[in-house]
Amino acid sequence: MNAVVEEHHDDHHDHGPAKGITRWLYTTNHKDIGTLYLWFSFAMFFVGGICALGIRAELFQPGLQIVQPELFNQLTTMHGLIMVFGAVMPAFVGLANWLVPMMIGAPDMALPRMNNYSFWILPFAFGMLISTFFMEGGAPNYGWTFYAPLSTEYAPPSVTFFIFAVHLMGISSIMGSINVIVTILNMRAPGMTLMQMPLFVWTWLITAYLLIAVMPVLAGVVTMMLMDIHFGTAFFSAAGGGDPVLFQHVFWFFGHPEVYIMILPAFGVVSAIIPTFARKKLFGYDSMVYATASIAFLSFIVWAHHMFTVGIPLAGELYFMYATMVIAVPTGVKVFNWVATMWQGSMTFETPMLFAIAFVILFTIGGFSGLMLSIVPADFQYHDTYFVVAHFHYVLVPGSIFSIMAAVYYWLPKWTGNMYDETLGKTHFWLSFIGVNVTFFPQHFIGLAGMPRRIPDYALQFADWNMISSCGAFLFGFSQLLFLFIILKCIRGGQKATERVWDGAKGLEWTIPSPAPYHTFSTPPKDMAEAHG
Amino acid sequence: MRYWLIDCYTPHLKIVKLGLKTKASMLFNNVIVLSLNGVSQMNNLKQLRHYLLLPMLLFCQTASADFSFWNLRKGVTEISREVYDLHMLIFYICCVIGVIVFGAMIVSMILHRKSLGVKPATFHESTKLEVAWTIIPIVILIGMAVPATSTLRDMYEPGEPDLDVEVRGYQWKWQYTYLNDDPAKEIQFISALRTPQDEIQNRAGKGEHYLLDVDNPLVVPINKRIRFLITSNDVIHSFWVPDFAVKKDAIPGFVHESWAIVEEPGVYRGQCAELCGKDHGFMPIVVHAMEQEDYDNWVLEKQEEAAKVFEIVGKSWSTDELIEKGEEVYARNCVACHQTNGQGIPPAFPSLVGQGIPVGPIAEHIDILLYGRAGTAMQAFGQQLNAAEIAAVVTYTRNAWGNNMQDSVQPKEINVMMASQ
Ligand code: HEM
Ligand SMILES: [Cu+2]
Repeated sequence: MNAVVEEHHDDHHDHGPAKGITRWLYTTNHKDIGTLYLWFSFAMFFVGGICALGIRAELFQPGLQIVQPELFNQLTTMHGLIMVFGAVMPAFVGLANWLVPMMIGAPDMALPRMNNYSFWILPFAFGMLISTFFMEGGAPNYGWTFYAPLSTEYAPPSVTFFIFAVHLMGISSIMGSINVIVTILNMRAPGMTLMQMPLFVWTWLITAYLLIAVMPVLAGVVTMMLMDIHFGTAFFSAAGGGDPVLFQHVFWFFGHPEVYIMILPAFGVVSAIIPTFARKKLFGYDSMVYATASIAFLSFIVWAHHMFTVGIPLAGELYFMYATMVIAVPTGVKVFNWVATMWQGSMTFETPMLFAIAFVILFTIGGFSGLMLSIVPADFQYHDTYFVVAHFHYVLVPGSIFSIMAAVYYWLPKWTGNMYDETLGKTHFWLSFIGVNVTFFPQHFIGLAGMPRRIPDYALQFADWNMISSCGAFLFGFSQLLFLFIILKCIRGGQKATERVWDGAKGLEWTIPSPAPYHTFSTPPKDMAEAHG
Repeated sequence: MRYWLIDCYTPHLKIVKLGLKTKASMLFNNVIVLSLNGVSQMNNLKQLRHYLLLPMLLFCQTASADFSFWNLRKGVTEISREVYDLHMLIFYICCVIGVIVFGAMIVSMILHRKSLGVKPATFHESTKLEVAWTIIPIVILIGMAVPATSTLRDMYEPGEPDLDVEVRGYQWKWQYTYLNDDPAKEIQFISALRTPQDEIQNRAGKGEHYLLDVDNPLVVPINKRIRFLITSNDVIHSFWVPDFAVKKDAIPGFVHESWAIVEEPGVYRGQCAELCGKDHGFMPIVVHAMEQEDYDNWVLEKQEEAAKVFEIVGKSWSTDELIEKGEEVYARNCVACHQTNGQGIPPAFPSLVGQGIPVGPIAEHIDILLYGRAGTAMQAFGQQLNAAEIAAVVTYTRNAWGNNMQDSVQPKEINVMMASQ
């Protein structure tokens, strides 16, 4: 099983990277590729962020001031697409590239060449997607959920480029997940059983299966759109005997697992960070693994909770309501386990821990609103209002994105060999924490009061909260420039990091020097006690 | 007393009477905030006081108001009240769980710090605990599922409708048809946003029902079971009236139903709740619920109107009359896409000036108005406008903005064309 590792045994394992741009173009090194993914994701985070600030600027006051409705719809659509597929997903793939081999004691990813391809597809995919802004008819304007027939018969011509871009992203994700699965199943250090793997590895293993299962579904739905638009089929066109609701079923069969693709690795990150700073073993490792697996399984059978208002029969509504509510159980188990890990620990509150704790609290708030949304009669009132916007931003921004930030602070010393500036890090945390809550908490109120989502202008009774929300958004957005500055500063220098970096840190990645050498674990590690905290 | 808590520091709105120095009791009962058009911005001092008052007002609101700007509305149907109670129940349960979980975290963060010299405990599993926090949530969830199921069943309860209204979504307006076995008595009209562009583009002060006002509201009698048959002609829309807890997607090729028994006369406002293109934010729904007697009068009026239209369509029109009427029709139905100056927003919304159909053969011009152009936002207006309106707008666009085609068409001719299809 581990033959690959044994053979790859050479005696010049600290030969460095190639020089110049070709290092990045041709690299097959998991650390280089991880770095590429992370920077790419960060760039997309800013592009998606600019779209968001455009939206929030328009919504600062009632009336149309800054963007007209056509552009507004393009901004909301591109914001969602770029953040989901360009910022959050690549960031987690970047973390997987950097960390999975180091955590399981493998020298690299199993399929390094494919690893290079799966990254380099992305700049083309997103270059093409973003270029649609400059095309006749503008960028996609039908929402990140691109419901037909708005995205087919009524779409701007750029929709074809959008479809192609989605295909490319899907190919990239599938290649990435194959790599993760093969690496984890075949390249663990001798003696490391599955139940000894760090939770980040576990959550990524499960996420990779989710990706392989649902990205083809997404590819399928966009292909059906392509056929409808260019080849005269009528999958989604009622006039041609097709069914617009079919689109939503197929989309959400991809879409719901997709939202878990964006949160399971976050669970892994937080499960690594909290024990370190509580100086106490993770509570309930086994139940964490089972909870993750059950969430993944359940994520396939709840998709129609996004479609409660499309006219599903009573039995269907009830089934999807119950199934959705059940997800709260394993999700609750995770939260309780994290709290139990903190309980009677010996905690310190460095930046990664601050982000991790904020994750637990704010993600839980998102879980509460999720639970409320699962109640069908109430969802009739919440659906497609700002309440839903508040819900998914609570699970995605202080959820997924905070976990990514926590991960960056936590492992940055290992990657760069330098400590980041703790004061600045904490400042960044507090600005982000306040910004996120000021932005998204009022959106619960706006939604309950009745403001639909995806509208460029609104009635006067929504004005107060929108103004507050916009202020929060600018605070959050601009705080991220500080994050960029902190990372650059850390790369350029700073207090030297030790091997272990954090005194409570456990795991194989903390047994190698900081910064991590270009090649690690050319000989597999022996000490498995270290592997899982 | 109903609350009128209108945003008080948006330009053009002014508090006319707000008991700033009032006792708490007044806050509970009748804060009256009126809005006036075009009144200058309130001064900073008042603004500041309003900011200070805001949280307090909000808090008081939950106590008694039926209109809230931070919570769901109770609404005016039995179902909507059930939904509201369900919403509050789940919300309170979440609050309790939140207090326990976040409370434990906060206690832990205060007590279990390294800086206090705490030595970490070593426990890392407990089957008992883990079983407990799996079972207890399941029990709580069942407690939520029971009332949720019963409310949902009530919503799906079949019943004999007293009135059937077909609700049809168009980009970006609604069409209401009061179904009647006798087609001659069927009432049908289009309901579109009434807020003027000047208010939207900030050239004029914003009115009280900014963006929530329509030219022809849906009118229904109270205490009658009204069945909405919901569908769409183009993309997916969603018919949503929060006060009835009715939200159903309007999907081309499907007719979905939903129903309400409105208990109080009043004007209830909602909006389209599914992204449907450019003017998704500008297609409100206004329902006017009235006593049966008033409703009956309204029906008579509407039917008389229909008879008048019949007459109008039958008579001969002068070109000037057509152009005058056409300008009006254009402003209501066409400007959203083709713009006031006829230049459109190409390529999605083509220009009508000096090119294409308006300066081509008139038959084609009429055809595209009647039947639309598949795969574009150009709709089949034959289903929305009467023959006089079609004739007028065709004549107008052929002669406006320097198109100067010097031709016209009579409503009668349109009628013949529509009948022959
Ligand atoms: C306790 C767990 C959760 C439950 C019960 C839940 C439930 C729901 C429901 C019922 C909706 C549909 C609301 C509507 O459109 O009317 C929804 C929307 C959504 N949820 Fe969750 N959710 C949960 C956790 C999550 C997580 C972990 C994520 C992602 C990290 C997530 C992301 C989303 C997104 C993106 C949407 C909106 C998609 C859209 O319409 O654009 N949710 N959730
Ligand atoms: Cu979902």
